Amino acid sequence: MSEQHIKLPEGSIEKTTTTLNLGPTHPATHGVMQNVLELDGERIVSTEQTIGYIHRAFEKIAERRPLYQITTLTDRLNYCSSPINNMGWHLTCEKLLGVKTPKRVDYLRVIIMELSRISDHLICNSIVGVDAGAYTGFLYVMQYRELIYEIYEEVCGARLTTNMGRIGGFERNFNNIAFEKIEKFLKEYPKVLKEFENLFQRNRIFMDRTKGTGAISAERALNYGFTGPNLRAAGIDYDVRVHSPYSSYEDFQFNIPVGTTGDNYDRWLVREQEMWQSLSIIEQAYQKVQEFKGTDADVFHADVPEYYLPEKADVYTKMEALIYHFKIVMGETEIPAGEVYNAVEGGNGELGFYLISDGGRTPYRLHFRRPCFIYYQAFEELTKGAMLSDAIMTMSSLNLIAGELDG
Amino acid sequence: MSLTNEIIKARLTEKFGEEVSSFEEPYGMLTFEAPKDLNLKVLNFLYDDQELKFRFMTDLCGVHYPNNKGRELAVVYHLHNMVDNVRIRFKVFTDINQPDVYTATGLFSAANWMERETYDFYGVNFVGHPKLKRILNVDEMDYFPMRKEFPLEDQTRIDKDDEMFGRGGAAGYGTDTKEEDNRNSVTAEADKHDETGRPIV
Repeated sequence: MSEQHIKLPEGSIEKTTTTLNLGPTHPATHGVMQNVLELDGERIVSTEQTIGYIHRAFEKIAERRPLYQITTLTDRLNYCSSPINNMGWHLTCEKLLGVKTPKRVDYLRVIIMELSRISDHLICNSIVGVDAGAYTGFLYVMQYRELIYEIYEEVCGARLTTNMGRIGGFERNFNNIAFEKIEKFLKEYPKVLKEFENLFQRNRIFMDRTKGTGAISAERALNYGFTGPNLRAAGIDYDVRVHSPYSSYEDFQFNIPVGTTGDNYDRWLVREQEMWQSLSIIEQAYQKVQEFKGTDADVFHADVPEYYLPEKADVYTKMEALIYHFKIVMGETEIPAGEVYNAVEGGNGELGFYLISDGGRTPYRLHFRRPCFIYYQAFEELTKGAMLSDAIMTMSSLNLIAGELDG
Repeated sequence: MSLTNEIIKARLTEKFGEEVSSFEEPYGMLTFEAPKDLNLKVLNFLYDDQELKFRFMTDLCGVHYPNNKGRELAVVYHLHNMVDNVRIRFKVFTDINQPDVYTATGLFSAANWMERETYDFYGVNFVGHPKLKRILNVDEMDYFPMRKEFPLEDQTRIDKDDEMFGRGGAAGYGTDTKEEDNRNSVTAEADKHDETGRPIV
């Protein structure tokens, strides 16, 4: 055979390692992202991540949109907990505009944000189970994620990409069905979560698969910009809800669970404990919401006529409401100049919005601090020398959401 | 004693004198800038100083100000002191024709991808970065899309055959049949590209 028929890359025959493409569309990546793994047998020598497969240029698009239209972009970041992104965005706008929201709005927001945190962690933890070969837990808890989605549906009409709330509060008051469903959730969910925990927490196979894999020290985690459950699993008790409280989180009693080793097992445990904490926060918030009586119980938004759409009936009968309606819908409201950074505790960590306004109708620059994007760069360090199957577990326990990764 | 913006400002001016400037406090966050050659010195000082301890990089991003001649591109660092729970914002500006800024990857591993993202969208060349290549866009791209000279698509254009979105197409939404010929000519126009691959408007 002459040389010209087969042309292999130089050194490829002498090479003792195997190159494996994991992704971009592989069931175990749970999203569109690629990993080029260099394997020595089943051990990982090096990893190279390729991301950006679903990059949608949100930051660029946002430069042409009025504030209220950007909410739909934030939906699509971490789509497992889009209400948190929505609220985070509204809180950023409110900070820029100096809007103070009524307590009832804050508490309703807390209920929704904690529900979405539960649904986010639920997905992550059950997917870790699926990747370890335990499908049952996943199917079991999906019913309750469905219930959470039904609550979203009652509140805003949508399920996944919610576009929930407006600058200043909610678009409408919570109806009775929503409250009934929240009550149902509070009543039934603890039992389900306990059952889910029983399936995994002290399960020998699950522990063997997760303990000691994908570990990171607290120091490295901080250096890598980890936030959220992944940082807390490494032992740092940093939580935006506590360190810079927003939406009246200071009114609630809750603990920040922390791990010690920062491995997959600790990440799983931290998320699990956080669900219990979230549940307790929802209970407290629900109590507080029930305490509002009379006209206070009908408050669901702050008074920001320039940004909050007026009642439809008023639009037809009152001049001022008509003007505001027109100006808001056409995006003709000038935003005050300034720059603001605001962060909320998203499902994956500190979700930040850095907004620069030059006094125009749209942001001059908007940057999303996407926690997923920042901590995924540690993946190579987390998996170096690990088995291929552990890398899969690490990937799912980091809770990589392609939407948030690519922005 | 908790760390206040005044203390940080005093410490910085004590160390760098006139070099650090433009102190502001929008919405309570201390914001300042320094010459781009000093960015690592400032970051190192903020990191190492026993009082300041800004050891967490929250965010790094670019901003483009096309009218600021000589300092068109900004790199904005958001740093966080988690012990005292104080955040600051630090900016460096650079000329767009020579957008070289030293990399912060030596200090913060988190800066790696964030710098790649900033390079990808604004073309800031981070000197010393271990692997400065595009991250979210395709490798073949030869321009920096977040710069202000690249406007978004004109929303009123009707030349797109975009039936599913109610513009043009067989159903003729958004246009009437009279405009059909006209529309095709516009399409031909839009197909022209310059050598960088951008459509000629």
